[in-house]
Formats: sequence, structure tokens, C-alpha cells
Amino acid sequence: MTTTTDLLSRLTDATAGSAREGTDLDAVDGLRPRWVVSPADTEGVAAVLRTAHDEGLAVVPTGSGTKLGWGAPPQRLDILLQLGRLDALVDHAAGDLVAVVGAGRRLDDLQGDLSSAGQWLAVDPARRGTVGGLVATADTGPTRLVHGPVRDLVIGATVVRADGVVAHAGGRVVKNVAGYDLSKLLTGSFGTLGVLTQVAVRLHPVPEASRWVVVTVPSAQHARELVQGVVHSQLVMTGCELERPAGGVAQLAVRIDGIAAAVPARADAAVEMLGGGAEQLAQAPSWWGCDPGEDGDVRLKVTHEIASVDRLLAAVDDVSQQTGVPLDVRGSVGVGTVSVALRGRPDEAAVVAVVDGLRRRSPEVGGTVVVRDADPATRRRLDVWGPVGGLDLMRRVKDRLDPGRVLAPGRFVGGI
Amino acid sequence: MDARGLAGLLAPVLPARGVITDPTQLRTYSCDGLALYKVTPALVVIPETAEQVAAVVRACAEHDIPFVARGSGTGLSGGALPHADGVLIVLSRMRAVLEIDRANQRAVVEPGVINLQLSALTRPEGYYFAPDPSSQQVCSIGGNVAENSGGAHCLKYGFTTGHVAGLELVTPAGELITLGGKAPDAPGYDLLGVVCGSEGTLGVATRVTVRLTRTPEAVETLLAGFPDTDSAGRAVSAVISAGVVPAAIEMMDALAIEAAEAAVACGYPQGAGAVLIVELDGPAAEVRHQFEQVTGMCEAAGATEIRIAADDAQRALFWKGRKSAFAAVGRISPDYIVQDGVIPRTALGPALRRIEQLASERGVRVANVFHAGDGNLHPLVLFDDAVPGEAERAEDVSGAIIDLCIELGGSITGEHGVGSDKAKHMPKMFTEDDLDTMQLLRCAFDPTSISNPGKIFPTPRLCGEVPRRAHAADGAHPLVEAGLADAF
Ligand SMILES: Cc1cc2nc3c(=O)[nH]c(=O)nc-3n(C[C@H](O)[C@H](O)[C@H](O)COP(=O)(O)OP(=O)(O)OC[C@H]3O[C@@H](n4cnc5c(N)ncnc54)[C@H](O)[C@@H]3O)c2cc1C
Ligand SMILES: Cc1cc2nc3c(=O)[nH]c(=O)nc-3n(C[C@H](O)[C@H](O)[C@H](O)COP(=O)(O)OP(=O)(O)OC[C@H]3O[C@@H](n4cnc5c(N)ncnc54)[C@H](O)[C@@H]3O)c2cc1C
Repeated sequence: MTTTTDLLSRLTDATAGSAREGTDLDAVDGLRPRWVVSPADTEGVAAVLRTAHDEGLAVVPTGSGTKLGWGAPPQRLDILLQLGRLDALVDHAAGDLVAVVGAGRRLDDLQGDLSSAGQWLAVDPARRGTVGGLVATADTGPTRLVHGPVRDLVIGATVVRADGVVAHAGGRVVKNVAGYDLSKLLTGSFGTLGVLTQVAVRLHPVPEASRWVVVTVPSAQHARELVQGVVHSQLVMTGCELERPAGGVAQLAVRIDGIAAAVPARADAAVEMLGGGAEQLAQAPSWWGCDPGEDGDVRLKVTHEIASVDRLLAAVDDVSQQTGVPLDVRGSVGVGTVSVALRGRPDEAAVVAVVDGLRRRSPEVGGTVVVRDADPATRRRLDVWGPVGGLDLMRRVKDRLDPGRVLAPGRFVGGI
Repeated sequence: MDARGLAGLLAPVLPARGVITDPTQLRTYSCDGLALYKVTPALVVIPETAEQVAAVVRACAEHDIPFVARGSGTGLSGGALPHADGVLIVLSRMRAVLEIDRANQRAVVEPGVINLQLSALTRPEGYYFAPDPSSQQVCSIGGNVAENSGGAHCLKYGFTTGHVAGLELVTPAGELITLGGKAPDAPGYDLLGVVCGSEGTLGVATRVTVRLTRTPEAVETLLAGFPDTDSAGRAVSAVISAGVVPAAIEMMDALAIEAAEAAVACGYPQGAGAVLIVELDGPAAEVRHQFEQVTGMCEAAGATEIRIAADDAQRALFWKGRKSAFAAVGRISPDYIVQDGVIPRTALGPALRRIEQLASERGVRVANVFHAGDGNLHPLVLFDDAVPGEAERAEDVSGAIIDLCIELGGSITGEHGVGSDKAKHMPKMFTEDDLDTMQLLRCAFDPTSISNPGKIFPTPRLCGEVPRRAHAADGAHPLVEAGLADAF
């Protein structure tokens, strides 16, 4: 039997001294880790995972820790694995529109690095989360409409498996079909399949000019018409977002990017198309790309088919009325993902009622409802992820890659 | 029971003429677009529904018989090469376009639907299916998904994987499962993302929900002649560094131009050492402005002649030379190998020079025609099989080009896949641990390795094996030591 002091010294060796005992401040979903480690490189991460694997310890990886409360609370936690020291910009091949970056580098820092070459990673707006966290949560903002989701931006990765073996996937060229695309498998896996230590991403040129066009939306039906109008048009928007605060005035906004010589005229065309007092702005509206509600509010991620935005809003209204919980809706209606915030700090039963109500209606809009921000007790009670297609296969994937359930056990779909 | 024995079992499940056992007929399925390898399958089945596919796969699983899916058989890496003791599942009768959902910018199709047909059907609605392999007139959507196919326009629009929103898949155990759908971000692992490009080794796609792309407001195409590939390469670099993202940038060198002229008389600039085709699409005002910029950059890089397509007919003529280039080399050489490798785009100049050097050292000719914007090379290695030793030299050069791609930080395949052809190169690009990790995924889908076995991976691995830990001292793979497999 390995003793606790033995383990601490093994972890200390593995991380060149960056291991310590956990405190309450390190707790994840109320679970206090026994140890907190901050390795400096892939080899250090591998050494930590080898130890965890041998000793049957549970590990939760983290970057900046901004979204550690997403997903179901882990069932066990022994080691909090901090990746913040893996923050090197390994390479910026500007001519190839590719960057290779340590998983622990903050995205706002990365965007700063890239901006001198007039490039960026098409995720906006910049936050303090890390590249690894971004990939593990697969969450992006409005520009996804044109640049695609995170998985389309990741072209390669270095991953440490739960047993400590280091594997590489993809590469550093945009076009590549050699072998399985394991970086896609890791994208959105919430730290349950492997730990990302390095990521290769494709970049885009920063647009020369941007304009936003905003219009008030009187009804759900109107929202649908506007969204249909713009998506089938020749506007070529970079984002198409809806903001509808509970009981407030709804707005639709589109972003137009391009060359300085053409953007104003294209924005004029958008004003005309949206009609009804549409306005052109030089800057994003204040709500653009931010989560709705306030810190501490329960938030859900709700997906839908783009033509069902009216039915989605109607369902939200019905559920709000039935439960008495005011619901803010904000998000990428041109893509089919929105965030719903529950206002007024409803009690647990009311949260459950809202989630159940929206899930009952999701087949009408062809989407799903995932609980994101909520306190650990509520997330423990609810099925955070809801029904999942292909779950058995996903379980088999987890069983193969992490048979000992080392990585964030219980965090993911179906208790994976 | 062996595969032939399945015929009787499956006949009641499958439609009339859906089970082929006649040896002559079986032989017509013995290869795909890479005719170098030929294997006659033990049995061919031609199902018409997903349930029939599932029934075939279940029977295979039950009797531990390998199966291989086949779309249109245009693959260039031997991915649809049959298994001698296995069942070939031909999907060409599953050709229904089940739904065109314009409001949601999606279409739902059966796997045998031909790529170009889908675009033809949706164009009147103002939409098309963006992935456009040069084989688009004949290749199937299922094959596109399995190969994660690209095309000239994927520089801007991405590969097949970005255009697949949902899949119905028959797993190698014979279960019929649904992944994704019309809405984005279904919770769970991105299995859709790994099935795309898995070359039929993770199951059979029986229904595909694709994303449709709005046809652009304006398209402008130019053809520019350059004295050599270096100057053409400079133009490409200038365009990319100016932040312009063209819909396509394609390059052909002198030999490729010669071949295209001989075949389709496309009338490319006389005496050019290289031509570039640059296409821009998008909002009219944007395209007009950027097109002027690009024209200026081509001039500055030393273009000797620039032509601008006045209409669709002329645009089609520009593309004709490029699109027929593979077939065209037959006009200037009796035999040839089509290679498919990727380099970082900025390494284009050195890569072309090294290829030229390799070719002249070994006394073969190489014609280059490629997707310059993303560094995807298609060197055509020309040879005459009638000349003793020439085929070997061509093979040699072709392999050396792949090594060069790896050395420059690229990939052994950009769009044609690994298949049977390149499995031996995989260990040059990936470590044993990388390949083991892919194998773990494969075992989750296919524990008995019956789904297109022998493709992608150089050495068979058993799913019962414990994944190896990373220690160089471990020595050879146990299967190699036991003489059961070759590690190449
Ligand atoms: C509008 C919008 C804009 C956004 N902008 C940004 C942005 O600028 N920057 C940004 O980073 N994100 C951005 N995101 C994405 C989102 O904020 C991410 O969820 C966030 O990046 C999490 O990063 P973190 O380092 O704080 O992760 P953490 O909170 O530490 O971890 C989140 C999850 O990922 C796992 N994880 C973290 N690191 C790894 C790793 N290396 N390997 C495996 N698993 C890991 C954790 O276990 C946990 O489950 C944006 C999202 C939206 C909607
Ligand atoms: C002249 C020519 C030009 C080409 N140009 C390009 C190009 O520009 N870009 C490009 O990417 N490719 C190109 N190709 C290669 C080829 O056309 C593509 O790979 C195409 O996607 C293969 O489709 P298919 O229907 O012919 O598939 P097949 O050749 O029948 O099969 C290919 C692979 O897919 C698997 N498969 C087929 N259907 C299914 C299914 N429903 N479910 C699971 N697995 C399945 C097979 O097992 C096999 O491994 C070209 C080929 C030719 C002959």
C-alpha cells in the first residue's frame, strides 16, 4: 500500500516540485482534491497520470478554472491537475495560418500573440480561459456561424492518455486525413478521455472592418422570419445573435466583416433587409457574445434547428409561465445554439421543472437541453446532459481509453 | 460458417439480385480507383435499406466474417478493396435524397447519392453541397464521409467533416445508431467527427444529414501564367498573407499543363512554366475589390499573362484543364502513379525543388497539379511499365515524396486516404503509441476487427491486448516477435 506521503513525493518528483496538498480553495464541485499538481510539460503530465493510473486515483484537469462547474460533478477527486504552466506559444506559422500552443495558454494571451500578424483564432470575444479548456468544452461565441465550431479549428493535438501514454493526433497542416481524427474526439470531452497538453489550431485573418446591425424583434414569429431572411440571403454574416431578456425587448443582431471598402454598403443592405428601425453600429452591442443573466444564475445550453426559433421561444414562454421562473434567452440563433438563464434564484424544484419542461419540448425544435451553470447540489440532482444518442458506444470508447475511470469520473454523459 | 455460406442466409433478407455469388460478377468488384491492388470478394451484397445493411453486418458479426463497404468505388487508396474471405456491401442502390430542408439548410440522403447530384438538386433552391472532389460526378456521399473528402474549394469551405451534421451508422456489431442531427452540438463525444475519415473501419453509414451551403452572390475566376512554379508560389504567398481567403487556388506545372493541353486543348498561356487558377466568391462588392488585389499580386509576382473569366462558360474552360489533369497524363505517359501528400503551404518552393531533384536523379518525370492554398500536392509520377525497372523507380520516387512531406511537417495524405496503399507509411508519421491509441478507439467500435480490416493500420492489433506503456526498452510488438505480423 502506497502511503499518502509516498504519493506526495512521487507527484512532487513528477512535476519538478509543483505538487502540494489540496485546500478548500481548490475544491471542484465541493470536492476537495487531496493533491494539486502543476506540471511544466507533457512529460510531467504523463508522470502524474501514470501515478494516478497505478494508484487508482481520480484526476480532474483544469486550465483557468472558469468552467470547472460545467458538466455533472465528478464522483471522485484526488488530484487537481493544473495546466497553466503549459502556456508556451510553441509556434506561430503565420504564412500557413497555423499556431501550435500549450494547452494552458490563455486565449486572450494567444489572441494578443497572433494580432501582430493580423491573425486570430476565430473564437470571440477573448476570455481568460485556456486553449485546453476551450477545446475540452468546445464552446465558442457568435463567429462560429462562419468559422465553424471549435472542432473545425483544431487540426492536431498532443494528448496524455489516462494511463500516462502520450499520443499525437492530426498534425500541423490544415488538410490531413491520415488516421483517425482523435482531436475531434477530445474536443468537447470535458477532460474525461485524455489530457490535452498541446494543440495545433488553424487561424483566420482578422477582418479589416466590422459592423453590427441591430433590430428590435416584436414577436417569436418575427424572429423566425428575420432569421430565415438573413440566413438565406447573400449577406454573408459572421454572426447572427438573438437577445431576449425575460419580460424585456428582444433584439436580433448580425455582424458583417470584410474589407473596409465594402463593409459599410453591405451593412446598409443588412439594415434594409432587417427593416423596422434597424440600426448600424460600429461596435458590438453590449450583450454580444456574453452569457445571459448574472453570475450565479442557473444557465442552460439549448440547441435547436434554425427554422424552429419561433417554436423554441414559444416553448420558453410556456415553460416560464408554468414554472413562474423568468427566462432570459441569448445566443446564436443562426447556428442553433442559445443560452437560457433562469432569473430570480429559483429553488431546486423550480430549476428541475424548467429543465424538464424544456426537455419535453425539445423534440419540437429538434434540439437538446444541457444544464451548464448551477450549483453542485442541483447538478448532482439533475441529469445535466439529458438523453444522448449513441451512449453505449460512447461508454465503450471511455472504457477503452480510460478503463480505470481515472479522468473526471462521472463528469460526462450517462455518468461517464 | 464462411462468407459464401452467408449467401443463403441473407438471400431472404435482401432484394432480388441483391446477393452476388457468380465468380465473373464478383470479379467486377475486385478493386476501387486504385487498380494496382485486386482482390475478389467472397460475396457481394447490394442492400436497399439501412435495415438490410444492419442484417448483413449482424450476420457478419455473428460468424466473425469481415465486411467492406463500397460506395462508387472511386477511392484512390484501395479503401474499398474487398476482403477475399469477406462480404462486400455495395451501397449504390441506396440513392434516395430523402429530404431537402431548405429552411434548416440541411439535406438528408442515403449514402449512395452522388455528390454532384445533391448540388444539382439543391442549386435551384440557392444551395449546394460544398465538398467538391474532382470525382464529384461519380463518387458517393457515403464515400465522401468515409474518406473525409476534400476538393478545390475546401481551402475556404473545409472538408466533408464540416458539412456532415448527422449520421445513421450501422456499427460493426450490427446496431443501427444515430449520431447528431439537424441541430448542432448533440451532447456526448464527437463520434461523428471520428467516423468521418475513418475509411469504413468504424461501421457503415446508411443515412447522412448534410449541411447545405448558400451559393455565393458573385464568383470571379482568373487564370494566370507564370514563368515557373517559384513565381506562382510567390503569388500564392502574397494572396494568403494579405488576408484574402480565396475559394480556391490551384497550381499546375509545365508538365501538367502539357498533359492537359494534349487531352482537352484548354488553351492555357503558351510556354508557361506554371499556371494558377484563383477563384474568389462571396458578396459582389467584396469579391470585386479583392479580385483587383489578387490580380495585382499575380502581376507583381511576375505573371506573364492574366485572363479573367467573363462568364460561366469561360470559367468552366479554366477549370477543365485542371479537373481533367489526372486523366490527361495518360496522353503523355503510358503509366503513372497519383500521389497525395501535404506540406505546410509555405514550404511549397523547397518541396517542388526537391521533387524535381528526386525525379531527375532517378530518371522519371513528375507532373505537379495541386491545391496550392493548403499545400496538398498531387505529384503524378510518370513511367512506362514496358521499360524494365521504370515502374520500380517510379514507386521509389513516389515513396520518397511521401517521406519528404513528413520531413517538411506535413501529412502522408490530404484527401485520398490511407486505405491499403499507405498503411505502411503510417508508422513514419505516427508513433507506436499514437497508433495504439487509434486502435483503442477502433476496438470500442469493432472489438473483433471485422469492419474493413487491413486498412489504415500497418499491423493488426488484437482488441484484447492491453495498451502498451511508453517504453522504448519494451522492444518489438508481441505480434511481430511471434512472427504473426510485420511492423514495416
Ligand atoms: C462567446 C464565447 C466566447 C468565448 N471565448 C473564449 C476565450 O476567449 N477563451 C477561452 O478559453 N474560451 C472561450 N470560450 C469558451 C469557454 O469560455 C471555455 O469553456 C473556457 O475556455 C474554459 O477554459 P478554462 O481554462 O477556464 O477551463 P476550465 O474551467 O479549467 O475547464 C473546463 C473543462 O475543461 C476541462 N479541461 C480544461 N483543460 C483541459 C485540458 N488541457 N485537457 C483536458 N481537459 C481540460 C476541465 O476538466 C473542465 O471539464 C468562449 C465561449 C463563448 C460562448
Ligand atoms: C479522377 C478522380 C479524382 C478524385 N479527386 C478527388 C478529390 O479531388 N478529392 C478527394 O478527396 N478525393 C478524390 N478522389 C478520390 C475519391 O473519389 C474519394 O475518396 C471519394 O470520396 C470516394 O467515394 P466513393 O463513393 O467512390 O467511395 P469508395 O471508393 O467506394 O470507398 C471509399 C472508402 O469509403 C468506404 N465507404 C464507402 N461508402 C461507405 C459508407 N456508406 N459507410 C462507410 N464507409 C464507406 C469504403 O469502405 C472505402 O474505405 C478522386 C478519385 C478519382 C478517381
